[in-house]
Amino acid sequence: MSILHIINKSPYERNSLDTCLRLAQDGSGILLIEDGIYAARKNASAAEKLQSALEKHKIYALEPDLKARGIDAEHTIEGISLVDYDGFVTLATEYEKLQSWL
Amino acid sequence: MATKKFLYVNRKPPHGSIYALESLEVVLIGAAFEQDVSLAFVDDGVYQLLRKQDTSEIGSKNFSPTFRALGDYDVSKIYVERESLELRGLTKDDLMELTYEDEDDDWAEKDAIRIVDSEELGAIFEQQDVLLNF
Repeated sequence: MSILHIINKSPYERNSLDTCLRLAQDGSGILLIEDGIYAARKNASAAEKLQSALEKHKIYALEPDLKARGIDAEHTIEGISLVDYDGFVTLATEYEKLQSWL
Repeated sequence: MATKKFLYVNRKPPHGSIYALESLEVVLIGAAFEQDVSLAFVDDGVYQLLRKQDTSEIGSKNFSPTFRALGDYDVSKIYVERESLELRGLTKDDLMELTYEDEDDDWAEKDAIRIVDSEELGAIFEQQDVLLNF
């Protein structure tokens, strides 16, 4: 597989998610961690761009970071896969390269 | 000592940086000096007040229950900007319940959180003596 893009900043505070979505090629993966997980919340203004990104990308979110921030699985956009730390490591091995957007 | 009106402006989410925790610590210090303390939550700062935060798997302190202590320090004005909540798909029901006891009303337990729109919050900024940003 190609690149796994990692986003750790809130979409409301930084433009790293926007830039990632602009540059990421079809089929690349996107993993939301730390404050990046706020993009995974349903019914929010960033939800629409995540929703359309799901058509081109597999999108993952790190569940311990969701729990820390009080966002339940039921509040996350359908189609986003929740992963634990082991899943994070597995993803890192499955994709050829990692791109951490800081 | 003269009492001043302090407003702490919180615009950062809770666990990605140290700002939110440091703000809360400074708020508690200011309140212990019996100043007139208010808090404002704007932009990603509103995420600090979400219910059910569980940091057990990220190895950092969950300070969110400490907000409940603010009432005991007579902090009774916690302003949350409506526009910031709406942009994030949040409502007041997503926030923790924070209360204080009103000494002017037979110590009745009251809601400390006040949802205000931008215009109201801007006016509240103008009424302060000191603005502290986190």
